[in-house]
Amino acid sequence: MKQKLVVIGAGMASGRVLEHLTDAAPDAYDITLFNAEPRGNYNRIMLSPVLSGEKTYEEIVTHDDEWYAERSITCRFGEHVVGIDPEMKVVEGQNGHVPYDKLVIATGSAPFIIPVPGHDMPNVISYRDLDDTNAMIDATAKGGKAVVIGGGLLGLEAAAGLKERGMDVTVLHLMGHLMERQLDESAGFLLRKELEARGITVITQASTKAILGEERAEAVLLESGEVLDADLVVMAVGIRPETRLATDAGLDVARGIEVNAQMQTSDPDIQAVGECVEFDGHLFGLVAPLYDQAKVVAQTLLDEPEVFVVKELATKLKVTGCDLFSAGDFAEGEGREDIVFRDPARGVYKRLVLEDDRLIGAVMYGDTTDGNWFFGLIKDGTDIEEMRDTLIFGPAYQGGGSVDPLSAVAALPPEAEICGCNGICKGTIVEAISGGATDLAAIRAKTKASASCGTCTGLVEQLLQVTLGDEFQMPTAQPICGCTDLSHEDVRRLIKSKELKSQPAVWQELGWATPNGCHVCRPAINFYLLADWPLEYQDDPQSRFVNERKHANIQKDGTFSVVPRMWGGITNSTELRAIADAADKYAVPTVKVTGGQRIDLLGVRGEDLPHIWADLNRAGLVSGHAYSKGLRTVKTCVGTDHCRFGTRDSTGLGIKLERALWGSWTPHKVKLAVSGCPRNCAEATCKDVGVICVDSGYQVGVAGAAGMDVKETERLADVATEEEAVEMTIAFVQLYRENAKYLDRAYKWVAKVGLDWVRERVVDNSEERKALVERFELSQSVYRKDPWAEEAEKAQTYAPLADLTLEAAE
Amino acid sequence: MSWIDIASIDDIPLRGARVVKTPVGCIALFRTDEAEIYAASDSCPHKGGPLSEGIIHGQRVTCPLHNWVFDLNTGEAQGADEGRIETYPVQIEAGRVLLDGTLLGKRSAA
Repeated sequence: MKQKLVVIGAGMASGRVLEHLTDAAPDAYDITLFNAEPRGNYNRIMLSPVLSGEKTYEEIVTHDDEWYAERSITCRFGEHVVGIDPEMKVVEGQNGHVPYDKLVIATGSAPFIIPVPGHDMPNVISYRDLDDTNAMIDATAKGGKAVVIGGGLLGLEAAAGLKERGMDVTVLHLMGHLMERQLDESAGFLLRKELEARGITVITQASTKAILGEERAEAVLLESGEVLDADLVVMAVGIRPETRLATDAGLDVARGIEVNAQMQTSDPDIQAVGECVEFDGHLFGLVAPLYDQAKVVAQTLLDEPEVFVVKELATKLKVTGCDLFSAGDFAEGEGREDIVFRDPARGVYKRLVLEDDRLIGAVMYGDTTDGNWFFGLIKDGTDIEEMRDTLIFGPAYQGGGSVDPLSAVAALPPEAEICGCNGICKGTIVEAISGGATDLAAIRAKTKASASCGTCTGLVEQLLQVTLGDEFQMPTAQPICGCTDLSHEDVRRLIKSKELKSQPAVWQELGWATPNGCHVCRPAINFYLLADWPLEYQDDPQSRFVNERKHANIQKDGTFSVVPRMWGGITNSTELRAIADAADKYAVPTVKVTGGQRIDLLGVRGEDLPHIWADLNRAGLVSGHAYSKGLRTVKTCVGTDHCRFGTRDSTGLGIKLERALWGSWTPHKVKLAVSGCPRNCAEATCKDVGVICVDSGYQVGVAGAAGMDVKETERLADVATEEEAVEMTIAFVQLYRENAKYLDRAYKWVAKVGLDWVRERVVDNSEERKALVERFELSQSVYRKDPWAEEAEKAQTYAPLADLTLEAAE
Repeated sequence: MSWIDIASIDDIPLRGARVVKTPVGCIALFRTDEAEIYAASDSCPHKGGPLSEGIIHGQRVTCPLHNWVFDLNTGEAQGADEGRIETYPVQIEAGRVLLDGTLLGKRSAA
């Protein structure tokens, strides 16, 4: 006779209990599952992406109907449990009672509602489950103002999601800085700055006095007397364990339902799991300990010995794109010392708290790559005296350095925990990989690693790489390449701060693992050096991809294509004749008009290049740089010259821009366009920089794209004069040159730093703009020249070094 | 062995390459270091990319077409790619680069 198991609550913890139980012993129990919500188990951590619209509910369902059916679990969803009778061993549901042999209470937590007047109005909602999320989404349809009470994780997620959906959002927080339980003041400040940059208003030390309104909330009144209009109020001030059923049943309840290490309540046939329990004085909110508990519950149900222990926890959080990490104790105190690292430009803050040569706390914002390493030091109580000086730079700088970027992961012992949410260690993942799980999805399916919050995805990918070698292509490599552990951002920063002015200096000073780099890092470092030190650094052709070294685009058959520059897309009969003659003379098989208003001669033999260039040079044609990570083309319409709609001389401006920018090297290619009126015939709204002429002046847009991604430009500034339009464009390009990661197009870079950050430097601060333009001009004093003219002089280097075929024939 | 004088080592840029036409096809001379030259087939076994146009790093070259990487000591493709390029003996004497002429003899013997 099968035993009867009743589970109250279908959340993430009890869901995990059922998984373990039905995997280990499919036929041990007849299971009935109650859930007050009219649905089964879904990934609550992912409610934020649902709110912001990045995911749908269907995508976050963990257990669907089929899953329950396969396990013959009787689901009573949407039905509240009215009571538990431990004497009779019966659970009383709204629609009738169910007897049990074993009972699991997993009622989770309830949002804490501040009992201020007006808290019960219909448009005052908490943020706990899917219904709350949907209520918020519905509210955003009408737009308007939202006030979020509570600046903790949930409140900020709600605020970010509401903002994403177009609402005007204010966050009220009782304490002096946001997320005070996880972050110190400095990190809280950076988080606030980031949120404010997105247009969210943050008011700290704000105590709510009342919610005002007749039938619906219309405003929030603060103790200070300030009144904030509100079409929606979200209360996210905290949660408390939901213990009412347990209390009524006479179980021992403190703040939560008290359990022993086997997760048994004061009635041994009743277990409790998840946010509703209290163990050894601890309450639990993060998912990792809940999953540990779930395992213990399942084992106990199967009469197998298992003990729940509380582990020290690190918090690695993502508040909608802001990376945060905190672990241990980071309060200041007697005998404690701080090591702080700040990079204001990148918005990075790291702080380590030391006591007696041990690391006891860490807070990181903006760059949390080394978080797990620091957490390991805290947990193990490692003596850090020896590495104190370089500690804050992370494991890459310690003890002679781990040369292989993957060596850190490779060196981890099998029992090292990779996925904190699910408690999955390296050994389990490696086993799964060896068992055929050769991509991220398969590993998630098999082990659950990286399937919850996803912050360990990078580590899991590194494990795939370590285990599978080159069979696995890292989707996003953090370090530049195998030659270094450093990211592009790190290297750019170090080149500037350590004044590294040659490639050997970079290799030596930054500890390259290879003698002279590889095909991945060399072009990047070459660009960074010439962008930062235009006068001191000598461009290295051997660190360039063939196209940039040969000043032509290599084709699949090893021939090249030649594109002469046509300023602003304007040409004339002399130039066209020269192009036609060259096409004839070098037997060019294909002549094509490009999308950037140029003519492309395809199929030129490598050794003919210097000669065709010399011929084109004689007609006044220069390199069109159609091969470069640099300025490509400025596309124009005919503007006021001919068009009856043109408002300004768009062709003239296009030519000016091209004359100013040509020859400059950039992180990736740069394409411009100038349209003479908003009809936009030059398609300026999908360029890296696009100018649209209007009656009142010039609209300068940036960060457009029309390649792998299609993206409209964002307005950088509206200016009155042509000079200003040119200045804005140059300053923007120089800022991009100085800051972007190699091979990031302008739109990708702007997405990372934010348009506001760009605008502050290029538009708002005229001094900085002028300085950018000056630095660009300095660089152009070296690079604004025709490479074809120079290369044509070296024609012999394009020919074979020797021809031994003739001698052989003798 | 009969060594044939090809060129001055300085005709090949550091971490650059130049091509020599031979009866057995184009051979690339790779200057991997100040005084270190390797000779190997110029043609990538994958799609025939001109290896002399690739980026040279350590004692390896990366094909410019699809980033296959070859070890110039063995000619073997690195990583997961499978393939090999022919390598040839080369000498540097008094700043001159010499190739072994017997590779030409192969042709005449055939």
